[in-house]
Amino acid sequence: MDFTRRETLALGAGAVALTVLPFRVNAAAEDAIAAFTGGAAVADGGVNLTAPEIAENGNTVPISVSAEGATAIMLLAAGNPTPGVATYNFGELAGSASASTRIRLAGTQDVVAIAKMADGSFAQARSTVKVTIGGCGG
Amino acid sequence: MADGVKPRVKAPKSASAGEVVVLKTLISHNMESGQRKDKSGNPIPRSIINRFTCEFNGTPVIDVTMEPAISTNPYFEFEAKIPEGGNLKFTWYDDDGSVYEETKSIKVG
Repeated sequence: MDFTRRETLALGAGAVALTVLPFRVNAAAEDAIAAFTGGAAVADGGVNLTAPEIAENGNTVPISVSAEGATAIMLLAAGNPTPGVATYNFGELAGSASASTRIRLAGTQDVVAIAKMADGSFAQARSTVKVTIGGCGG
Repeated sequence: MADGVKPRVKAPKSASAGEVVVLKTLISHNMESGQRKDKSGNPIPRSIINRFTCEFNGTPVIDVTMEPAISTNPYFEFEAKIPEGGNLKFTWYDDDGSVYEETKSIKVG
């Protein structure tokens, strides 16, 4: 199989686009994390993220998150067109830093929870959810 | 999306002082994500509830910033500490500027 100069160039450009695209998707999530933490280091552990292993319907995926001593928790879906899901700010009368909700997931991906602790440190938890039918329409 | 929005809240009617109670809220709302397209291929504009707050006698319990990735009919379950008798006030803020409110009173004793 011979390639002309034009075809070779097109192939090269396609390969570059393929490697750059997934990187950009993750970068959006990284940007959101950086905006929340202000660039501070994020430790693992201290956050409980409960998500189903397999979600049949990506339109409603039950998620619950809790982190003892947290003042705020941000939820992210790294593989969605927009990674932000929700940010909880716990007030004075919050019984515990925990909340449950239902979210949309576009496809199989990692759900990330980042907690801001009372002392200003950050902790995170990740959970991979397999999605059978995506929930963002199209 | 100002019509057909109905908030529902499940909260206990009474609690002992300092008790932590579980609150469940649900509001009927399309939560149009802005990602979908109609039959002719035009994007359907985003229309979601972007913020939910809960206060007890004016003291904040929880304040949630919501993005389009929250499901249709947003459901939230969380816990609140009830130091005295009073009112829980739940507020939802819509993209179109509408505000939906619901109040539940809790007795202590």
